[in-house]
Amino acid sequence: MSSHGICDRVAIVGVGCTHFGERWDLSLDDLIRQAAGETFASAGVTKDDVDAYWFGTAQSGMSGITVARPLQLVDKPVTRVENYCATGSEALRQAAYAVASGAYDVAMAIGAEKVKDSGYQGLNAFPVPNDGTQRTLTAAAMFSMVAPAYAKRYGVDEDELRGVLARIASKNHANGALNPRAQFRKPVSAEAICNMPAVAGRLSVFDCAGVADGAAAAIVVRAEDAHRYTDKPLLIKALSFVAGNGSGLADPGYDYTHFPEVAASAVDAYRQAGITDPRAELAMAEVHDCFTPTELILTEDLGFCERGTAWKEVLAGTFDLDGALPVNPDGGLKSFGHPTGASGLRMIYEAWLQLRGEAPPERRIATYGKRSKALTHNLGGYPGEMVSFVGIFGTD
Amino acid sequence: MGVEAARRALGDRQVLPRDVWFATAAPTYLDKTNAAALHAALRLDRDVAAYDALGSVRSAFGALAAGFSGPASALVVTSDVRFGLPGGTEESSSGDGAAAVLLGDDSTAPVLAEVIGRTSLTEEFVDRWRQPSLPTSQLWEERFGETRYVPLAHEALTRVLKQARLEVGDISALVVAGLHERACAAAAKQSGVAPERIVDRLGSVIGNVGVAQPLLLLASSLEGSEPGDVVVLLGLADGADAIALRVTEAITAYRPRLTVGTQLGRGAPVSYGRFLSWRGSLTLEPPRRPEPARPSSSAAARNAEWKFGLVGPAGVLAEQRGTVATYTVDRLAYSPSPPIVFAVVDFDDGTRLPVELTDVDAEEVAIGTRVEMTFRRLFVADGIANYFWKGRPVRDGAPRTDGRTEE
Repeated sequence: MSSHGICDRVAIVGVGCTHFGERWDLSLDDLIRQAAGETFASAGVTKDDVDAYWFGTAQSGMSGITVARPLQLVDKPVTRVENYCATGSEALRQAAYAVASGAYDVAMAIGAEKVKDSGYQGLNAFPVPNDGTQRTLTAAAMFSMVAPAYAKRYGVDEDELRGVLARIASKNHANGALNPRAQFRKPVSAEAICNMPAVAGRLSVFDCAGVADGAAAAIVVRAEDAHRYTDKPLLIKALSFVAGNGSGLADPGYDYTHFPEVAASAVDAYRQAGITDPRAELAMAEVHDCFTPTELILTEDLGFCERGTAWKEVLAGTFDLDGALPVNPDGGLKSFGHPTGASGLRMIYEAWLQLRGEAPPERRIATYGKRSKALTHNLGGYPGEMVSFVGIFGTD
Repeated sequence: MGVEAARRALGDRQVLPRDVWFATAAPTYLDKTNAAALHAALRLDRDVAAYDALGSVRSAFGALAAGFSGPASALVVTSDVRFGLPGGTEESSSGDGAAAVLLGDDSTAPVLAEVIGRTSLTEEFVDRWRQPSLPTSQLWEERFGETRYVPLAHEALTRVLKQARLEVGDISALVVAGLHERACAAAAKQSGVAPERIVDRLGSVIGNVGVAQPLLLLASSLEGSEPGDVVVLLGLADGADAIALRVTEAITAYRPRLTVGTQLGRGAPVSYGRFLSWRGSLTLEPPRRPEPARPSSSAAARNAEWKFGLVGPAGVLAEQRGTVATYTVDRLAYSPSPPIVFAVVDFDDGTRLPVELTDVDAEEVAIGTRVEMTFRRLFVADGIANYFWKGRPVRDGAPRTDGRTEE
């Protein structure tokens, strides 16, 4: 495998993120202008200083014009990218590689989604004409199948697992409650979540990511230029991406207790970054907690704990804000909200705040000052058929 | 339903028909041939002709006549979905069903019953009518139809017995089919056939299944028959049709996979609200999610073997059973019959298919549940019916998860 990575060659020198939520008052253009404006200011640049733009949106707009128009960019290359719910991370990846190649000095990755203008609940993929034999299940139902499979494989009582999943949601709600930019800012107890009516399998709406509008962005430059913009750049240590081939859906050997695409992208990312013990080396992780069983599985696929043990680690508080490895300190998709194209960049925004010590004390990770690397994980699709991104970022 | 009945009629597919006739008064399409989807689901060769006989209840006998007149074996499939306005007797006395027969000689398959007489009388009178765009019939005052049908029945029966050189007393079983309940009952009573030899019209169990009734009752009758029995099928619709049959020795070796009697015994209650919503008489609150888009005709045509025949990478999944590997219940997604029960199914040939389940209680599904496949209309979008297969728990030959007895 020749995934060489660009470890320490590109740095993030500015970030921005809007308040995620039901932003009835703001248009997609408004969200883009807000996130871009904050990011320009964060890096101390103007829109004209940015040589090229990568724009991630799953289905809120088409082409680079969707960004060029609201920002009134003049003669700039703007590329629209889409990779399911990992779209925001994909935008960052492309911008970083463009800078690493030498083609541009300064590039912006910006992701935005205006989900709430559809009038529908949940996320609804744009329908591609097909033969009518595809599943029409919701993502919640697809991911809900992980729970009974996990319970059976590891001999966990289904009621106990229900409590574990509720604990994950409760943790992310607690983190989001401390975060002024999060969609949901109300703590919810695990007991209350267990008592919610089921909507998909045994999952309730409180096991599902918040459906939100929002935008987030980051500016990348060559690492050697980073100190022109900031004293504390975030160096890109690894960017890994795997697009699954869908074989999990047809493979009787696939048991819905792990996501091979995630495990593969994690291995690649750790190799790029030179990480051998992620649990001990990472200060924090932002993972794609689209549904509570997803976060459970991800902590195993990303190597934070042994297979079959994540449920115990959750109960032990390992991934809490003050735990051994804080996961989703900003509230995650669950509580911060999930505007598809923006989420990957929102994770970068949190890594930036936490690693630079800019998260306020009440929501600062317990590992701050002891470790210097953060992981972001972003996925799209379903068990058996997904895309997975893993990025690693560090301050030194 | 028509596909389901046809699959059972063809049994293990040792025999295949040369022609297919599909009769229904509840077609999915006009202009376009409905039998073509049936043909595709049965994976018949392209040179097997498939035609519809649509609209009138009498089409069942028309399809049979066409099948008899063809050069070789013919599959006659009858299927109906009966509507009645809420609260009326048409609603309470109607049912849905399908039945199919394979016509041919011993070169096709062992003949179970041979035709020894056929007759048809036609008369024009309007005792029941329905405009093509409406779901329900309107009826003339009942006595009028009765006074027309009873003499017609008598004449048809007399003619067919004469053809067969038989007396009324030779009849082992008399099936009287038709939508006019009073006329059918009176015709049977006045036929001279002993009451115990009149085949139960199953009205109180499944209701009147219209186009499907003649063959459904014939199948029911044949299940209890013995070699040498004479069965007369009498249909009362816009005249009278009669077919006399003599049951052969082959009946003793014939074992249908699911008898009519077995199926009658395993009905499950459906709430009235759900029934009305299936009928389109009651609009349910839709999920706040987009309804599915119409299937692409060109994509469906490219993938017809998969979509209609369920031909998988290693074998025909339609002919196999599988085991549930994991499952879920989706209370959020759009479905004409929410919630969606969905399972990841591992088929016996090693193929895995994540697929929707049907005819199922969510509580009855578990990892390990055995399922078989059934051809369904998933939804209609933009007027296009999206046909595909669903899984359903196996009800015969394997242990049930709910503890009920298997036959």
